[in-house]
Amino acid sequence: MAQHQVNYASAAGLPIALTSVDKLVNWGRSNSLWPLTYGLACCAIEMMASGASRYDFDRMGTIFRASPRQADVMILAGTLSKKHSEFARRLYDQMTEPKWVISMGSCANTGGMFNTYATVQGVDRIIPVDIYLPGCAPRPETLQYALMMLQKKIRRESADMKKRPIQDLTNQKGPRKARLI
Amino acid sequence: MAQVKNKLTPFFENLNFERDDNTMVINFGPQHPSAHGQLRLVLELDGEQVVKAYPDIGYLHRGIEKMAENMTYNEFLPTTDRLDYIASTSNNYAYALAVEKLLGIDKDIPRRAQVIRTMLLEVNRIISHLFFIATHALDVGAMSVFLYAFREREFGMDLMEDYCGARLTHSAVRIGGVPLDLPEGWLENLAAWCDKVDHETKHTYEALLTENRIWRMRLEDVGVISKEDALSWGCTGIMLRGSGVEYDIRKEEPYELYDELDFDIPVSDRCDSYGRYRLYMEEIYQSTKILRQLITMYKETGPELMAHAPKYISASKEQIMTENYALMQHFVLVTQGMRPPKGEVYVPTESPKGELGFYIKSEAEPYAYRLKCRAPSFFHTGLLQEILVGTYIADVVTIIGSTNIVFGEVDR
Repeated sequence: MAQHQVNYASAAGLPIALTSVDKLVNWGRSNSLWPLTYGLACCAIEMMASGASRYDFDRMGTIFRASPRQADVMILAGTLSKKHSEFARRLYDQMTEPKWVISMGSCANTGGMFNTYATVQGVDRIIPVDIYLPGCAPRPETLQYALMMLQKKIRRESADMKKRPIQDLTNQKGPRKARLI
Repeated sequence: MAQVKNKLTPFFENLNFERDDNTMVINFGPQHPSAHGQLRLVLELDGEQVVKAYPDIGYLHRGIEKMAENMTYNEFLPTTDRLDYIASTSNNYAYALAVEKLLGIDKDIPRRAQVIRTMLLEVNRIISHLFFIATHALDVGAMSVFLYAFREREFGMDLMEDYCGARLTHSAVRIGGVPLDLPEGWLENLAAWCDKVDHETKHTYEALLTENRIWRMRLEDVGVISKEDALSWGCTGIMLRGSGVEYDIRKEEPYELYDELDFDIPVSDRCDSYGRYRLYMEEIYQSTKILRQLITMYKETGPELMAHAPKYISASKEQIMTENYALMQHFVLVTQGMRPPKGEVYVPTESPKGELGFYIKSEAEPYAYRLKCRAPSFFHTGLLQEILVGTYIADVVTIIGSTNIVFGEVDR
């Protein structure tokens, strides 16, 4: 008898797995997080090392994509300068929903050591951030842990975009409130 | 709905493209996997040929030179890590050497510190060259070389981590010497790594690439820089040696131990990307040769690690803990910073990318009056507008990869 044939009459019953749509969708989303290759500075080298042979992120379903339209998660690795900030926002807007952002390294988190006229003091001034990841530069293990945290976060939230909490990005009082998910 | 003037309309600062023919203007970067950081190129294309290329830089400008004017000399050292972040120690060293020249203590560095510094410089050179071959091959389309080269590079980074605790941003050199002696077993690991790098370079990278038909077709006669162009655009390092000019600062103005070491400067007359690729491979062999000589030199050195210059450099930890005067000196140096004499200094060093030098103007204050970093990649980026013209769009990434630019030091 062929291996794939199932005896429906036996105690195991019908080959049906019961689940909810949320779990199924989140299972797929969390296990195929495709990041955008968005290397800005030193952290980009560690991000490349994460994708390379020793740390091998492919095993986690994390395959770097060069286009924002194919990416799910934006790993902002490095210093974001004011000149570049416009592009960061545009790339974030170009990504399709659902999308997540990991801010990698001190510079992306808070501006880090570069408290100067040219540097954005934290990328959360430009785009909403899901995971902040400390270090200068963070080790590949740290990035790996951040991705696992993000996977946990995705598994918790509802697959229905309308039910997800709306993040108020700007915290500004005024007529124009950014509705960002 | 009223048209909101948003920022999405393309704008080209200071650019004037003649658009009365059927050429096309395309934007390359700053987020492009082959842009080596944040290079933005505005290319004017006639069919597939580049008619005009305009490299737009400044997307990673962080004001590092300005930061130097508000930091004491020792405080600024970790910031230099973030210039050429692929080979951090070469920046640390270039900066430390410039300050040492300014202080007049560059001849007082203990021998063991000199050996360790030269070792770290060469380890960083190999790490940087392996990174070059990995990314260059990846840009051209050979992904497996990327995976192999990163494997050996990780072992090199393990060595750096064993020595200073950091993988990427080392700060392993101090003004006046090095902070730590080599840990136990480091030299054996280094010797084993040298053998491994030599073996892998010969049997993996060169075996995969040097005679590879596709690799040769993609690289030969692509990105040709004539000798005159290379000289007039201020190329240094392999960009210059790849155009047939034998110029290496390690030989021309030897610093550290390079005048005692036996090594060759490979030069290529091919002037193209392939010739430069061969030079990178050859330099890896030369670096391992240097490292092997340094391993024997290390064994003949004394235990001293920092120069003795109480006016500028803190004494050893034992002295600080036991001698009152050393503690007072240390307190002054930590709270106020060292005050170098009035004057200015420029010291060139041969970083993996070319001539890296720091110019420092001192007004006898704890802060530099002006600090200028002469980074090789900046000049090589400028060269792009000359060598990209007339090439095909498919060769643009090859040429950018071949220049081996890194944006931390272009934009600073």
